[in-house]
Amino acid sequence: MKLLALVDCDNFYASCERVFRPDLKKTPIVVLSNNDGCVIARSKEAKAMGIKMGVPWFQVKEAYLAQGGKVFSSNFALYGDLSKRVMNILDGMVKRIEIYSIDEAFLDLQHIQNKNQAYEFGVYCRNTIRQWVGIPVRIGIAPTKTLTKVASHIAKNTNDGTGVCCLNKQKDIFHILQALPIREIWGIGHNLSKQLNQLGIYSAYELAQMDIRFIRKKFSVVLERTVRELRGEPCIQIDDHSEPKKQIVVSRSFRDRIESLSELKALISNFAVRAGEKLRHEKQKCSQVSVFISTSRFNKKLQYRGFDSFQFPCPIDDTRSILMGANKVLNTIFKHGYPYAKAGILLSQFSHPAFIQKSLFEATDQLRLKQDANLMQTIDELNSIHTQIYYASQCSGGLSPIQKKMVSPKYTTNWWELPTTK
Amino acid sequence: MTINYLGSISANDLPATFTKFFVEPVSVGFPSPANDYLESPIDLNQYLIKNGAATFLVRVSGDSMLDANIADQAILIVDRSLKPKHGSIVVASLDGDFVCKRLQLKPRLCLLPENPKYKPIYIQHGQDLDIMGTVTAAINKFE
Repeated sequence: MKLLALVDCDNFYASCERVFRPDLKKTPIVVLSNNDGCVIARSKEAKAMGIKMGVPWFQVKEAYLAQGGKVFSSNFALYGDLSKRVMNILDGMVKRIEIYSIDEAFLDLQHIQNKNQAYEFGVYCRNTIRQWVGIPVRIGIAPTKTLTKVASHIAKNTNDGTGVCCLNKQKDIFHILQALPIREIWGIGHNLSKQLNQLGIYSAYELAQMDIRFIRKKFSVVLERTVRELRGEPCIQIDDHSEPKKQIVVSRSFRDRIESLSELKALISNFAVRAGEKLRHEKQKCSQVSVFISTSRFNKKLQYRGFDSFQFPCPIDDTRSILMGANKVLNTIFKHGYPYAKAGILLSQFSHPAFIQKSLFEATDQLRLKQDANLMQTIDELNSIHTQIYYASQCSGGLSPIQKKMVSPKYTTNWWELPTTK
Repeated sequence: MTINYLGSISANDLPATFTKFFVEPVSVGFPSPANDYLESPIDLNQYLIKNGAATFLVRVSGDSMLDANIADQAILIVDRSLKPKHGSIVVASLDGDFVCKRLQLKPRLCLLPENPKYKPIYIQHGQDLDIMGTVTAAINKFE
């Protein structure tokens, strides 16, 4: 039987904060989102204190700190570097790897023959990452991706301390699926699990026993794949070449509430400029730019969310076009008198620059297009070496006044912030 | 004293502001006779780092390892993948602080400084010691 593994870092951001802070080995740790708004990662100890994922920091701050918890602003320079190290190590161990997110990867264990070997590989893998990088991981091994997720879930909750779970016997798998509610299955969201509940399907085992044709007809091929995967039939392959992005989002919550259109315009312009850089970095062109603005979800009295899009006649990657589109949208969705807490820009409908359909009505002056592309490239290059070239509608200070009061040093990416001996 | 010639530094290693003057194409008669013999410039990472994913840099504060040629403010190359042995120089966390010392495993677990001004640290029962990794090199900067 062919086996796959899912390697998943435990409480990744919180674990990263601990690597260079041995004094915090047993201290509860939480990490906050940009602007120190919400809790986005919790160590085991912080979870045990009842801190929920996504909870606004101001709601739990006082009680948490009073009980001796430690808090960090997010430090993506550190998390990104440690993630890269973990992925490099895994890459060296197997022939095929799919990096699924900053803290998860699927491995193809085709070189492994039997269950004992697979389990031993899992333990070896876990010990190596722990020793080499200092990050604890758990490992789920099974014949399909969906089942590796189940195995990983079990590895997290067993108390034998190995952090490795290998599911490859049909009997064991069915036994475990009987106790697993369907909402815990990979790819089954809240709505879908409700619909299935209405049909009397509650456990993963019950779902796995459903008639495939019925599932396909009544639901979708996506759910059919999930059912097949639960039965141990691989349907979702390891994807070792990542697909190009389908959209680019740049958004921020503001530290202070913003009411004026001109201030909002300047911030949206900053987002547009950043989004344009990302777009060109991905070597893509987009046909749609969308803008959203919203008030705080905690301000129950004055609530407003605005969202709309602008469609370009042909795909673009020029920041000036993005700025123009974003401004038009903002003018239509902006309403006076609301304290805005969050805004963002979204670029979508990508097409590869090499396959662009020329519009009948658009001027296609080749020289002009070439000059525009050169201008963008030059500005990107200058801005990447600290020279700042601003567009007229931007405000100074970059993306937004991001507030990160409690950020840890960039231990691995900055000469002046290295860990120091006493 | 013998001196070994290790190689030259290429223009690519010079700061960006300098390269502009040297790397621009210059239209004169001959192509460089060295073109066929170009090699990549010497890379300090290659010399100092064996296992990049497991290697971290740590700055030294203090002179307790001076006799092992580790001065105050030296940068240590720490390889977490090498198993520390008796006599290895290590970075360890002792009761929550990072220290750099020579590891003694026998007759008693102990962290040895390399400077007579400091006393050996014998690990007492109940003390929390974790070896982070083995120090494979130290960089002392003179200017």
